[in-house]
Amino acid sequence: MLPYDINLGPLLPEHWQEMAVGVVLFLLVWWVMAKKIVPMFEKTYEARTEAIQGGIEKAEKAQAEAAAALKEYQAKLADARGEAAEIREQAKQQAAQLAADMKAQAQEESARMIAAAKQAIEAEKAAAQRELRGEIGSLATELAGRIIGEALDDDARTQRAIDRFLAELETTGV
Amino acid sequence: MGFLPLLVPLDGGSTEELFEHLGWPPGVESFAGRPLLPGVLPDWVTNTVAQAIIGAILVIIMWLVFARKQTIVPSRRQFAGEFLYDIVRNGIGRDILGPDFRPYLPYLLGLISFIIVNNFFGEFFFFMFPTFSHIAYPYALAIMSWLLYIIVGIKRFGVGHYFKKMLIPEGVPVGLYPLIIPLEFISNFIVRPVTLALRLFANMFAGHLVIMVFVIGGTLLIELGGPLIAAGSVSLIMSFAIFALELFVGALQAYIFTVLTAQYVSSSIAEGH
Repeated sequence: MLPYDINLGPLLPEHWQEMAVGVVLFLLVWWVMAKKIVPMFEKTYEARTEAIQGGIEKAEKAQAEAAAALKEYQAKLADARGEAAEIREQAKQQAAQLAADMKAQAQEESARMIAAAKQAIEAEKAAAQRELRGEIGSLATELAGRIIGEALDDDARTQRAIDRFLAELETTGV
Repeated sequence: MGFLPLLVPLDGGSTEELFEHLGWPPGVESFAGRPLLPGVLPDWVTNTVAQAIIGAILVIIMWLVFARKQTIVPSRRQFAGEFLYDIVRNGIGRDILGPDFRPYLPYLLGLISFIIVNNFFGEFFFFMFPTFSHIAYPYALAIMSWLLYIIVGIKRFGVGHYFKKMLIPEGVPVGLYPLIIPLEFISNFIVRPVTLALRLFANMFAGHLVIMVFVIGGTLLIELGGPLIAAGSVSLIMSFAIFALELFVGALQAYIFTVLTAQYVSSSIAEGH
Protein backbone atom coordinates (compact mmCIF):
# COMPACT_ATOMS: atom_id res chain seq x y z
CA MET A 1 0.00 0.00 0.00
CA LEU A 2 2.72 2.44 0.94
CA PRO A 3 5.11 3.60 -1.72
CA TYR A 4 8.35 1.75 -1.12
CA ASP A 5 10.43 4.88 -0.70
CA ILE A 6 8.43 6.35 2.20
CA ASN A 7 10.64 6.64 5.25
CA LEU A 8 8.67 5.62 8.34
CA GLY A 9 11.57 6.66 10.55
CA PRO A 10 11.15 5.57 14.14
CA LEU A 11 7.72 4.16 13.34
CA LEU A 12 9.41 1.23 11.62
CA PRO A 13 10.61 -1.40 14.06
CA GLU A 14 14.37 -1.56 14.17
CA HIS A 15 14.27 -5.32 14.29
CA TRP A 16 11.09 -7.27 13.68
CA GLN A 17 12.32 -9.77 16.30
CA GLU A 18 11.71 -7.12 18.95
CA MET A 19 8.00 -7.46 18.24
CA ALA A 20 8.20 -11.21 18.72
CA VAL A 21 10.11 -10.67 21.94
CA GLY A 22 7.41 -8.25 23.10
CA VAL A 23 4.62 -10.69 22.26
CA VAL A 24 6.34 -13.67 23.89
CA LEU A 25 7.21 -11.74 27.04
CA PHE A 26 3.77 -10.33 27.36
CA LEU A 27 2.20 -13.75 26.83
CA LEU A 28 4.43 -15.02 29.64
CA VAL A 29 3.41 -12.18 31.95
CA TRP A 30 -0.25 -12.73 31.04
CA TRP A 31 0.05 -16.44 31.71
CA VAL A 32 1.58 -15.92 35.15
CA MET A 33 -1.11 -13.37 35.99
CA ALA A 34 -3.91 -15.71 34.87
CA LYS A 35 -2.51 -18.86 36.49
CA LYS A 36 -1.03 -17.52 39.68
CA ILE A 37 -1.39 -13.89 40.67
CA VAL A 38 -5.04 -13.16 39.97
CA PRO A 39 -6.31 -16.49 41.40
CA MET A 40 -4.25 -15.87 44.55
CA PHE A 41 -5.71 -12.42 45.06
CA GLU A 42 -9.24 -13.49 44.16
CA LYS A 43 -9.05 -16.44 46.52
CA THR A 44 -8.13 -14.14 49.37
CA TYR A 45 -10.91 -11.74 48.43
CA GLU A 46 -13.42 -14.55 48.30
CA ALA A 47 -12.30 -15.89 51.64
CA ARG A 48 -12.53 -12.41 53.06
CA THR A 49 -16.01 -11.83 51.68
CA GLU A 50 -17.07 -15.19 53.02
CA ALA A 51 -15.57 -14.49 56.40
CA ILE A 52 -17.31 -11.15 56.64
CA GLN A 53 -20.61 -12.48 55.34
CA GLY A 54 -20.36 -15.54 57.54
CA GLY A 55 -19.64 -13.33 60.51
CA ILE A 56 -22.63 -11.15 59.79
CA GLU A 57 -24.87 -14.16 59.28
CA LYS A 58 -23.58 -15.71 62.48
CA ALA A 59 -24.19 -12.53 64.40
CA GLU A 60 -27.67 -12.21 62.97
CA LYS A 61 -28.44 -15.79 63.87
CA ALA A 62 -27.13 -15.32 67.38
CA GLN A 63 -29.20 -12.19 67.74
CA ALA A 64 -32.34 -13.96 66.56
CA GLU A 65 -31.63 -16.82 68.90
CA ALA A 66 -31.13 -14.45 71.80
CA ALA A 67 -34.37 -12.66 70.99
CA ALA A 68 -36.24 -15.98 70.81
CA ALA A 69 -34.73 -17.10 74.10
CA LEU A 70 -35.68 -13.81 75.72
CA LYS A 71 -39.25 -14.17 74.50
CA GLU A 72 -39.38 -17.72 75.74
CA TYR A 73 -38.04 -16.75 79.13
CA GLN A 74 -40.47 -13.91 79.40
CA ALA A 75 -43.33 -16.24 78.52
CA LYS A 76 -42.07 -18.76 81.04
CA LEU A 77 -41.72 -16.09 83.66
CA ALA A 78 -45.28 -14.91 83.08
CA ASP A 79 -46.45 -18.52 83.28
CA ALA A 80 -44.54 -19.07 86.47
CA ARG A 81 -45.94 -15.91 87.95
CA GLY A 82 -49.49 -16.98 87.14
CA GLU A 83 -48.82 -20.41 88.52
CA ALA A 84 -47.32 -19.01 91.69
CA ALA A 85 -50.33 -16.78 92.18
CA GLU A 86 -52.60 -19.77 91.68
CA ILE A 87 -50.61 -21.86 94.10
CA ARG A 88 -50.66 -19.08 96.64
CA GLU A 89 -54.38 -18.76 96.27
CA GLN A 90 -54.79 -22.49 96.65
CA ALA A 91 -52.56 -22.54 99.69
CA LYS A 92 -54.51 -19.73 101.24
CA GLN A 93 -57.73 -21.60 100.63
CA GLN A 94 -56.26 -24.79 101.95
CA ALA A 95 -54.93 -23.04 105.01
CA ALA A 96 -58.30 -21.47 105.68
CA GLN A 97 -59.98 -24.82 105.23
CA LEU A 98 -57.46 -26.48 107.47
CA ALA A 99 -57.88 -23.87 110.16
CA ALA A 100 -61.64 -24.17 110.01
CA ASP A 101 -61.40 -27.96 110.17
CA MET A 102 -59.08 -27.88 113.12
CA LYS A 103 -61.20 -25.36 114.89
CA ALA A 104 -64.27 -27.55 114.45
CA GLN A 105 -62.36 -30.59 115.55
CA ALA A 106 -61.03 -28.82 118.62
CA GLN A 107 -64.49 -27.59 119.49
CA GLU A 108 -65.86 -31.06 119.11
CA GLU A 109 -63.06 -32.47 121.20
CA SER A 110 -63.51 -29.91 123.92
CA ALA A 111 -67.24 -30.49 123.94
CA ARG A 112 -66.62 -34.18 124.21
CA MET A 113 -64.10 -33.69 127.00
CA ILE A 114 -66.41 -31.36 128.88
CA ALA A 115 -69.19 -33.88 128.57
CA ALA A 116 -66.94 -36.70 129.81
CA ALA A 117 -65.76 -34.58 132.71
CA LYS A 118 -69.31 -33.70 133.58
CA GLN A 119 -70.26 -37.36 133.51
CA ALA A 120 -67.28 -38.29 135.68
CA ILE A 121 -68.14 -35.55 138.12
CA GLU A 122 -71.76 -36.72 138.21
CA ALA A 123 -70.63 -40.29 138.82
CA GLU A 124 -68.21 -39.23 141.54
CA LYS A 125 -70.84 -37.09 143.06
CA ALA A 126 -73.33 -39.93 143.05
CA ALA A 127 -70.76 -42.33 144.50
CA ALA A 128 -69.78 -39.85 147.21
CA GLN A 129 -73.43 -39.29 148.01
CA ARG A 130 -74.03 -42.95 148.16
CA GLU A 131 -71.01 -43.53 150.36
CA LEU A 132 -71.80 -40.57 152.55
CA ARG A 133 -75.34 -41.71 152.90
CA GLY A 134 -74.11 -45.12 154.09
CA GLU A 135 -71.54 -43.81 156.49
CA ILE A 136 -73.30 -40.79 157.83
CA GLY A 137 -75.98 -42.92 159.47
CA SER A 138 -73.56 -45.01 161.49
CA LEU A 139 -71.42 -42.00 162.28
CA ALA A 140 -74.32 -39.98 163.52
CA THR A 141 -75.67 -42.94 165.49
CA GLU A 142 -72.34 -43.50 167.07
CA LEU A 143 -71.97 -39.85 167.84
CA ALA A 144 -75.42 -39.57 169.28
CA GLY A 145 -74.84 -42.79 171.28
CA ARG A 146 -71.75 -41.35 172.78
CA ILE A 147 -73.44 -38.10 173.51
CA ILE A 148 -76.40 -39.71 175.25
CA GLY A 149 -74.30 -42.49 176.63
CA GLU A 150 -76.49 -45.34 175.54
CA ALA A 151 -76.59 -47.43 172.52
CA LEU A 152 -79.21 -46.76 170.23
CA ASP A 153 -80.20 -50.36 169.59
CA ASP A 154 -83.58 -49.83 168.49
CA ASP A 155 -82.84 -50.06 164.91
CA ALA A 156 -86.21 -49.15 163.76
CA ARG A 157 -86.29 -45.90 165.60
CA THR A 158 -82.75 -45.10 164.80
CA GLN A 159 -83.37 -45.70 161.13
CA ARG A 160 -86.31 -43.39 161.17
CA ALA A 161 -84.32 -40.60 162.88
CA ILE A 162 -81.57 -40.96 160.39
CA ASP A 163 -83.91 -40.81 157.48
CA ARG A 164 -85.57 -37.69 158.82
CA PHE A 165 -82.19 -36.06 159.35
CA LEU A 166 -81.11 -36.88 155.90
CA ALA A 167 -84.31 -35.54 154.47
CA GLU A 168 -83.68 -32.31 156.33
CA LEU A 169 -80.18 -32.22 155.09
CA GLU A 170 -81.35 -32.65 151.57
CA THR A 171 -83.81 -29.84 151.83
CA THR A 172 -81.17 -27.44 153.22
CA GLY A 173 -78.64 -28.83 150.72
CA VAL A 174 -75.31 -30.29 151.58
CA MET B 1 23.65 6.92 22.73
CA GLY B 2 23.48 6.31 26.43
CA PHE B 3 25.04 8.50 29.02
CA LEU B 4 28.22 6.56 29.52
CA PRO B 5 30.17 9.16 27.54
CA LEU B 6 29.28 11.67 30.25
CA LEU B 7 31.56 9.85 32.61
CA VAL B 8 34.53 10.17 30.33
CA PRO B 9 36.39 13.41 30.95
CA LEU B 10 37.26 15.41 27.90
CA ASP B 11 40.46 17.28 27.34
CA GLY B 12 40.54 19.87 24.61
CA GLY B 13 39.27 18.92 21.17
CA SER B 14 37.16 21.00 18.87
CA THR B 15 33.49 21.79 19.48
CA GLU B 16 32.57 19.44 16.65
CA GLU B 17 34.44 16.62 18.33
CA LEU B 18 32.66 17.38 21.59
CA PHE B 19 29.28 17.31 19.80
CA GLU B 20 30.20 14.06 18.18
CA HIS B 21 31.38 12.56 21.45
CA LEU B 22 28.23 13.46 23.39
CA GLY B 23 25.90 12.54 20.55
CA TRP B 24 24.58 16.05 20.01
CA PRO B 25 22.04 16.90 18.82
CA PRO B 26 20.00 13.91 20.01
CA GLY B 27 17.77 12.44 17.32
CA VAL B 28 16.24 9.28 15.99
CA GLU B 29 19.66 7.67 15.79
CA SER B 30 20.03 8.16 19.58
CA PHE B 31 17.37 5.51 19.99
CA ALA B 32 19.19 2.85 18.00
CA GLY B 33 19.53 -0.39 19.91
CA ARG B 34 22.99 -1.50 20.95
CA PRO B 35 23.64 -5.18 20.33
CA LEU B 36 24.48 -6.80 23.65
CA LEU B 37 27.12 -9.24 22.52
CA PRO B 38 27.86 -8.65 18.85
CA GLY B 39 29.10 -11.77 17.18
CA VAL B 40 27.99 -14.06 20.01
CA LEU B 41 24.28 -13.29 20.01
CA PRO B 42 22.36 -12.16 16.94
CA ASP B 43 22.40 -8.41 16.35
CA TRP B 44 18.72 -8.04 17.24
CA VAL B 45 19.46 -9.00 20.84
CA THR B 46 19.91 -5.39 21.89
CA ASN B 47 19.66 -3.47 25.14
CA THR B 48 15.93 -3.01 24.53
CA VAL B 49 15.40 -6.77 24.30
CA ALA B 50 17.31 -7.23 27.53
CA GLN B 51 15.24 -4.51 29.15
CA ALA B 52 11.99 -6.07 28.02
CA ILE B 53 13.07 -9.43 29.42
CA ILE B 54 14.20 -7.90 32.72
CA GLY B 55 10.96 -5.91 32.83
CA ALA B 56 8.85 -9.02 32.41
CA ILE B 57 10.81 -10.85 35.09
CA LEU B 58 10.52 -7.88 37.45
CA VAL B 59 6.76 -7.73 36.92
CA ILE B 60 6.37 -11.42 37.64
CA ILE B 61 8.60 -11.30 40.73
CA MET B 62 6.92 -8.17 42.04
CA TRP B 63 3.45 -9.69 41.83
CA LEU B 64 4.59 -13.01 43.23
CA VAL B 65 6.00 -11.15 46.23
CA PHE B 66 2.75 -9.25 46.67
CA ALA B 67 0.58 -12.33 46.25
CA ARG B 68 2.67 -14.65 48.41
CA LYS B 69 1.27 -15.96 51.70
CA GLN B 70 -1.99 -14.10 51.64
CA THR B 71 -4.20 -13.96 54.69
CA ILE B 72 -7.69 -12.63 55.29
CA VAL B 73 -6.30 -9.89 57.47
CA PRO B 74 -3.60 -8.45 55.21
CA SER B 75 -0.03 -7.75 56.23
CA ARG B 76 1.59 -4.46 55.23
CA ARG B 77 3.12 -6.02 52.11
CA GLN B 78 -0.13 -7.70 51.14
CA PHE B 79 -2.03 -4.48 51.76
CA ALA B 80 0.25 -2.60 49.37
CA GLY B 81 -0.20 -5.35 46.79
CA GLU B 82 -3.96 -5.28 47.19
CA PHE B 83 -3.97 -1.52 46.83
CA LEU B 84 -2.22 -1.75 43.45
CA TYR B 85 -4.24 -4.79 42.45
CA ASP B 86 -7.51 -3.02 43.28
CA ILE B 87 -6.62 -0.04 41.10
CA VAL B 88 -6.64 -2.41 38.12
CA ARG B 89 -9.32 -4.78 39.40
CA ASN B 90 -11.92 -2.27 40.52
CA GLY B 91 -10.75 0.98 38.96
CA ILE B 92 -10.27 -0.39 35.44
CA GLY B 93 -11.69 -3.92 35.23
CA ARG B 94 -14.93 -3.68 37.15
CA ASP B 95 -15.72 -0.08 36.30
CA ILE B 96 -15.35 -0.54 32.56
CA LEU B 97 -16.17 -4.20 31.96
CA GLY B 98 -18.88 -4.58 34.58
CA PRO B 99 -19.47 -7.75 36.56
CA ASP B 100 -17.90 -9.98 33.87
CA PHE B 101 -14.47 -8.42 34.30
CA ARG B 102 -12.85 -11.45 35.89
CA PRO B 103 -11.64 -13.28 32.71
CA TYR B 104 -9.93 -10.10 31.42
CA LEU B 105 -8.34 -9.13 34.70
CA PRO B 106 -5.07 -11.08 34.20
CA TYR B 107 -4.59 -9.43 30.81
CA LEU B 108 -5.19 -5.93 32.13
CA LEU B 109 -3.03 -6.49 35.19
CA GLY B 110 -0.17 -7.89 33.13
CA LEU B 111 -0.52 -5.14 30.56
CA ILE B 112 -0.36 -2.20 32.94
CA SER B 113 2.45 -3.72 35.01
CA PHE B 114 4.56 -4.61 31.99
CA ILE B 115 4.16 -1.15 30.45
CA ILE B 116 4.71 0.79 33.65
CA VAL B 117 7.88 -1.09 34.60
CA ASN B 118 9.33 -0.67 31.13
CA ASN B 119 8.40 3.01 31.07
CA PHE B 120 10.10 3.58 34.40
CA PHE B 121 13.27 2.11 32.92
CA GLY B 122 13.55 5.45 31.15
CA GLU B 123 14.15 7.22 34.43
CA PHE B 124 16.19 4.66 36.36
CA PHE B 125 19.91 4.18 36.47
CA PHE B 126 21.49 1.30 34.63
CA PHE B 127 18.73 1.29 32.00
CA MET B 128 18.04 4.99 31.33
CA PHE B 129 15.96 4.07 28.35
CA PRO B 130 12.20 3.56 28.06
CA THR B 131 11.67 0.25 26.30
CA PHE B 132 8.47 1.45 24.69
CA SER B 133 10.24 4.24 22.83
CA HIS B 134 11.13 1.41 20.46
CA ILE B 135 8.01 1.14 18.31
CA ALA B 136 8.23 -2.66 18.03
CA TYR B 137 7.07 -3.14 21.65
CA PRO B 138 4.01 -0.86 21.49
CA TYR B 139 3.13 -2.56 18.19
CA ALA B 140 3.38 -5.95 19.87
CA LEU B 141 1.09 -4.97 22.73
CA ALA B 142 -1.35 -3.12 20.47
CA ILE B 143 -1.65 -6.19 18.24
CA MET B 144 -2.33 -8.33 21.31
CA SER B 145 -5.05 -6.00 22.53
CA TRP B 146 -6.47 -5.79 19.01
CA LEU B 147 -6.64 -9.57 18.72
CA LEU B 148 -8.08 -9.81 22.23
CA TYR B 149 -11.05 -7.56 21.66
CA ILE B 150 -11.82 -9.03 18.25
CA ILE B 151 -11.58 -12.61 19.49
CA VAL B 152 -13.74 -12.11 22.58
CA GLY B 153 -16.31 -10.32 20.43
CA ILE B 154 -16.43 -13.14 17.89
CA LYS B 155 -16.56 -15.69 20.70
CA ARG B 156 -19.55 -14.00 22.24
CA PHE B 157 -21.58 -13.10 19.14
CA GLY B 158 -20.19 -15.20 16.29
CA VAL B 159 -18.36 -13.71 13.30
CA GLY B 160 -21.38 -12.37 11.43
CA HIS B 161 -23.17 -10.83 14.37
CA TYR B 162 -19.99 -9.37 15.80
CA PHE B 163 -18.91 -7.55 12.65
CA LYS B 164 -22.45 -6.40 12.03
CA LYS B 165 -22.54 -5.01 15.55
CA MET B 166 -19.17 -3.31 15.19
CA LEU B 167 -19.72 -1.93 11.68
CA ILE B 168 -23.36 -0.85 11.69
CA PRO B 169 -24.37 1.38 14.57
CA GLU B 170 -27.97 0.97 15.63
CA GLY B 171 -30.53 3.21 13.96
CA VAL B 172 -28.46 4.10 10.90
CA PRO B 173 -30.62 4.21 7.74
CA VAL B 174 -29.69 1.67 5.08
CA GLY B 175 -28.85 4.43 2.64
CA LEU B 176 -25.92 5.49 4.79
CA TYR B 177 -24.39 2.01 4.97
CA PRO B 178 -21.88 2.57 2.16
CA LEU B 179 -20.57 5.54 4.09
CA ILE B 180 -20.85 4.23 7.64
CA ILE B 181 -19.43 0.75 7.19
CA PRO B 182 -15.99 1.81 5.90
CA LEU B 183 -15.84 4.57 8.51
CA GLU B 184 -16.68 2.22 11.34
CA PHE B 185 -14.24 -0.34 10.01
CA ILE B 186 -11.41 2.18 9.91
CA SER B 187 -12.30 3.55 13.30
CA ASN B 188 -12.80 0.23 15.10
CA PHE B 189 -10.26 -2.03 13.47
CA ILE B 190 -7.47 0.20 12.17
CA VAL B 191 -7.39 3.46 14.09
CA ARG B 192 -7.80 1.77 17.46
CA PRO B 193 -4.67 -0.41 17.44
CA VAL B 194 -2.59 2.15 15.57
CA THR B 195 -3.40 4.96 17.99
CA LEU B 196 -2.92 2.61 20.90
CA ALA B 197 0.63 1.86 19.76
CA LEU B 198 1.51 5.35 18.56
CA ARG B 199 0.26 7.11 21.68
CA LEU B 200 2.44 5.03 23.94
CA PHE B 201 5.42 5.09 21.60
CA ALA B 202 5.29 8.82 20.91
CA ASN B 203 5.00 9.73 24.58
CA MET B 204 7.98 7.64 25.56
CA PHE B 205 9.99 8.67 22.51
CA ALA B 206 9.36 12.37 23.01
CA GLY B 207 9.91 12.14 26.74
CA HIS B 208 13.25 10.47 26.31
CA LEU B 209 14.22 12.98 23.66
CA VAL B 210 13.45 15.87 26.00
CA ILE B 211 15.47 14.25 28.76
CA MET B 212 18.38 13.85 26.35
CA VAL B 213 18.13 17.49 25.31
CA PHE B 214 18.24 18.66 28.91
CA VAL B 215 20.92 16.31 30.16
CA ILE B 216 23.22 16.15 27.16
CA GLY B 217 22.62 19.79 26.36
CA GLY B 218 23.37 20.78 29.95
CA THR B 219 26.53 18.70 29.95
CA LEU B 220 27.55 20.23 26.65
CA LEU B 221 27.11 23.76 27.96
CA ILE B 222 29.15 22.99 31.04
CA GLU B 223 31.86 21.37 28.90
CA LEU B 224 32.01 24.47 26.71
CA GLY B 225 32.85 26.46 29.84
CA GLY B 226 32.69 30.14 30.58
CA PRO B 227 29.36 31.82 31.22
CA LEU B 228 27.62 28.81 29.65
CA ILE B 229 28.34 26.80 32.80
CA ALA B 230 25.49 28.61 34.56
CA ALA B 231 23.08 27.82 31.70
CA GLY B 232 24.24 24.19 31.71
CA SER B 233 23.68 23.94 35.46
CA VAL B 234 20.16 25.30 35.14
CA SER B 235 19.53 22.80 32.36
CA LEU B 236 20.75 19.89 34.49
CA ILE B 237 18.69 21.03 37.47
CA MET B 238 15.65 21.35 35.22
CA SER B 239 16.22 17.82 34.04
CA PHE B 240 15.13 16.59 37.46
CA ALA B 241 11.72 18.14 36.92
CA ILE B 242 11.62 16.51 33.49
CA PHE B 243 12.47 13.15 35.06
CA ALA B 244 9.61 13.59 37.52
CA LEU B 245 7.30 14.54 34.68
CA GLU B 246 8.41 11.48 32.72
CA LEU B 247 7.65 9.20 35.67
CA PHE B 248 4.16 10.63 35.68
CA VAL B 249 3.80 10.30 31.91
CA GLY B 250 5.08 6.73 32.03
CA ALA B 251 2.47 5.74 34.63
CA LEU B 252 -0.25 7.68 32.87
CA GLN B 253 0.43 6.11 29.48
CA ALA B 254 0.40 2.62 30.98
CA TYR B 255 -2.93 3.46 32.59
CA ILE B 256 -4.37 4.88 29.36
CA PHE B 257 -3.25 1.89 27.30
CA THR B 258 -4.92 -0.44 29.80
CA VAL B 259 -8.10 1.59 30.15
CA LEU B 260 -8.51 1.80 26.38
CA THR B 261 -7.94 -1.93 26.00
CA ALA B 262 -10.63 -2.54 28.61
CA GLN B 263 -12.85 -0.07 26.78
CA TYR B 264 -12.40 -1.87 23.46
CA VAL B 265 -13.08 -5.25 25.04
CA SER B 266 -16.16 -3.79 26.68
CA SER B 267 -17.44 -2.43 23.36
CA SER B 268 -16.89 -5.88 21.85
CA ILE B 269 -18.86 -7.79 24.46
CA ALA B 270 -21.55 -5.21 25.16
CA GLU B 271 -25.05 -6.30 24.15
CA GLY B 272 -26.33 -3.01 22.76
CA HIS B 273 -24.26 -0.49 20.94
